[in-house]
Amino acid sequence: MRRLVPVVLFAVLAAVPFLPLGQEANFVLLLVSRVMVFGLAALSLDLLLGVGGMVSFGHAAYLAIGAYAVAVLDANDITDVGVVLAVAMGAAGVFALATGAIALRTRGVNFIMITLAFAQMVFFAFGALSAYGGDDGYSLAARNTVLGWPLLKGRGYYWACLAVLVVAYLLCRMLAASRFGRALRAVKQNPARAAAMGFNPVALQLVAMVVGAMLCSVAGVLLANGAEFVSPAYGTWQRSGDLLIMVILGGAGSLHGAIFGSAFVLLLEEGLGRATEHWRLVFGPLLVLCVIFFRGGLAGIGGRRG
Amino acid sequence: MTLLIVQLLNGVQLGLLLFLIAAGLTLVFGVMDFINLAHGVQYMLGAYLGVAFFGMTGSFWLALVLAAGAAGAAGLVLEWLVFRHLYGRDHLDQVLATFGVIMALNEGVRVIWGAAPLEMPMPEVLSGSFQLMPGLRYPFYRVALIVAGLGVAGGLAWAVNRTRVGMLVRAGTSNAVMVSALGVDIERLFRGVFGVGAVLAGFAGVLAAPLVAVEPAMGDNLLILAFVVIVIGGVGAIRGAFVAAVLVGLVDTVGRTLVTDAVRVALGASGAARVGPAVASMLIYLVMAAVLAVRPAGLFPAARGA
Amino acid sequence: MLRHMLGAVALCAVGVGAQAQTVKIGVVTTLSGPAASLGQQLRDGFQLALDQSGGKLGGMAVELTVLDDELKPDVAVTKVRGLIESGKADVVVGPIFSNVLLAIFKPVTESGAVLISPNAGPSTYAGRACVKNFFVTSYQNDQPHSVSGQYAQDSGYKRVFLLAPNYQAGKDALAGFKSKFKGEVVGEEYVPLTQMDFQSEIAKIAAAKPDAVYAFMPGGIGIALVKQYRQAGLASVPFLSAFTVDESTLPAQGEAAVGFYSGANWAPNLDNAANKAFVAAFEAKYHYVPATYAAQSFDAALALDAAIGKAGGTADKAKLIAALETAAIASVRGSFKFGVNHYPVQDFYLTQVVKRADGKFQTEVRKKVFTADVDPYASQCKMN
Repeated sequence: MRRLVPVVLFAVLAAVPFLPLGQEANFVLLLVSRVMVFGLAALSLDLLLGVGGMVSFGHAAYLAIGAYAVAVLDANDITDVGVVLAVAMGAAGVFALATGAIALRTRGVNFIMITLAFAQMVFFAFGALSAYGGDDGYSLAARNTVLGWPLLKGRGYYWACLAVLVVAYLLCRMLAASRFGRALRAVKQNPARAAAMGFNPVALQLVAMVVGAMLCSVAGVLLANGAEFVSPAYGTWQRSGDLLIMVILGGAGSLHGAIFGSAFVLLLEEGLGRATEHWRLVFGPLLVLCVIFFRGGLAGIGGRRG
Repeated sequence: MTLLIVQLLNGVQLGLLLFLIAAGLTLVFGVMDFINLAHGVQYMLGAYLGVAFFGMTGSFWLALVLAAGAAGAAGLVLEWLVFRHLYGRDHLDQVLATFGVIMALNEGVRVIWGAAPLEMPMPEVLSGSFQLMPGLRYPFYRVALIVAGLGVAGGLAWAVNRTRVGMLVRAGTSNAVMVSALGVDIERLFRGVFGVGAVLAGFAGVLAAPLVAVEPAMGDNLLILAFVVIVIGGVGAIRGAFVAAVLVGLVDTVGRTLVTDAVRVALGASGAARVGPAVASMLIYLVMAAVLAVRPAGLFPAARGA
Repeated sequence: MLRHMLGAVALCAVGVGAQAQTVKIGVVTTLSGPAASLGQQLRDGFQLALDQSGGKLGGMAVELTVLDDELKPDVAVTKVRGLIESGKADVVVGPIFSNVLLAIFKPVTESGAVLISPNAGPSTYAGRACVKNFFVTSYQNDQPHSVSGQYAQDSGYKRVFLLAPNYQAGKDALAGFKSKFKGEVVGEEYVPLTQMDFQSEIAKIAAAKPDAVYAFMPGGIGIALVKQYRQAGLASVPFLSAFTVDESTLPAQGEAAVGFYSGANWAPNLDNAANKAFVAAFEAKYHYVPATYAAQSFDAALALDAAIGKAGGTADKAKLIAALETAAIASVRGSFKFGVNHYPVQDFYLTQVVKRADGKFQTEVRKKVFTADVDPYASQCKMN
């Protein structure tokens, strides 16, 4: 049964555009697109955190790197999504490789803080880019195109988000189930033993960081296209915190839980926000209750997780 | 030359203020292995309670005592409601739950005291100042802050190194299981340490209030700064937190100026205007990353057993 | 809160009788985090004008939606686009911050809706990129800073020390000051937005011995700076500023800010009948002293009231825009009209902080610095 949960999740996401939502239809599509974009970012973080045991507090930096790839190319009149993705993923991968090699020397809370440090450097660096509006941000001239076709508009954007999310999810599942994924889990549980088994813990974790960073930069590209706007605010430490919350809430290591976490946070925020301006007064305690009563996150509800 | 000495003094004083905030955090983290993200909102709560008690009593000193006490009591209530469920749980659960506490308390003070910033005057006795250099006066209040910072540092060092409770705390830091096996009520020990941490946070909040804006979320960025301090210092080490706090204070005052000047020399005035401030903003993160890259456990890691 | 408002509005709609007679307005403002106090001023100013005209603008019932942009550009875009695509806003009023405005600008203006900014006035849309359906009721961002620059120049100050946060608006602010000030800049410091202790900058100011200090330090950093500046005994050096000592920060600065100067387009004591009535009504209803955020938002509602009445609704956007362009309103600023680029043409003043008889603090007009000032980008705007 549990294997069906992700299938049902994606089926629901695919059905949303066909629901009779009346006046609110477009808004719901925007909101659910946002859930999918942040779901993708959270999923990529879960690869680090849930599978690899690396609590990165700087993952939003890759959202910003992806978004700024769109902006920089847009300023040079390059809008093809293939080029944009290559640049975004390349930049994110290189940055993850360089900073990860240093960060992986540390563990525990020190790893959390050193990843934060690198992300803050990215944040301040983008804020200093006067050519792209500095902190005020940069308004895109146009959305990215697919082989010259403006497909990332309206419902096309929704389907693009869904397609990317499904592909990314399958990729993560494959990676987690592969020999690489099993080795990574072994490192997470006991680095010394994994090393004794002949694995190179740092190399394995570094690969996971690079893959996670590249996937997250894709979310950044989607985010920039959805907003048609790019800003250093995409890479604040608060946003890195939001991503962590989504992953932990959804159930670290379950992969599809990260998408649940994104949906829970964003939809509840919208719903509670409509009811009261002081929605955080309700949302905060709700998080606390979730932690105390649902061990293993939303994906663990029903208690069938091993 | 005079300016440099004045700036060194300013750096040390800022460092001592940071130490006041970081001391409680590192204590709770070190002894209980508990990541308390809510430490920043406890600092905020101290400042707000200080303003409230000042409004009622008209005396800064009475407000200081009452607010620190009330902040400690609020901390114990939080401990009873939330945190005691999280001892021994995964760090991620602690992150999520204490994040929920941040949300609720930030919104809570806004509901009670409004969104507008509040004022806390300096105590009459310390409102005077002396001349530090021509045209610049140094308020007695800041001298008092230095004394308070040194006093807390000395008091904690004495309590941890010379008393029976301190011995248990040190033992608990290295091996909690062992301590409880010796028949010590570890829960009570934890509660006590947590109460002390909450009082320290509240105390720091009241002391900072006459210098800064008392407003919702005023503790969020400070929490990050406090984590930077304890991670550089080595988690759990009072001595490390002290040295790191002064280091960060100096970096933030003297270091920022030096870096801006160095960039100006290297790049000329026009380049420096863009790059200088960005590098200056990143500086403490650069320092943290550099420290952790060379010493992955921080400067003075507390000895920690299994 | 929102439900409550919609409920009240629904009742009004019934009163008018015909559903077609309602106008839909979205207010986008910051209601979370430390900047929420500014966002509240924007909302309260607009709401006051609405209440005073019986929940109607231009004689038509208003369906008002208030959105919290959370000061996050992508959040703002999602919410605003949702609002527009669900057909809930013919007119969008907001936001406080320029980065949010830049983010929502395209989605709103390209949909054909009218966007009125009651605070942010970036140069981006004041010149060549001006568009017909975008109006600003505040100022162009350079202007408040050039007021102090002009005043420093007129006062014969030779050496000035500049201070701003390290972000784009900070750099623009100091550029605005320097556009009018021709003397020597003896120091130019950019500080992180999260800084809490300014001893280092204060020591540098003391060492530089300037004739005056110019600071753009909005919100919490301004509160900390002003208190510490006073505590360090520097108050004998004239303190010129913008958005650093105003009614949103004064409750927390108190005595420390008294005597400090600011460049502004309005102050609570600005002498005209409309303003007296506005300040009195605002304080009676919300129990705090309004700042420019509330005044400019109140004026936005007045402009809409006049234009919707004249255009007979919001359905015909061309008519509405034409009516806004020529709207004659009893502005709280006295003389006020939109220029060719739809940014205001107005007077600017040097204001100074005083303690009122009732113990509260406010800024008061000291000197008119610019008369009917047109922003420096307007000449590049070819509105068609």
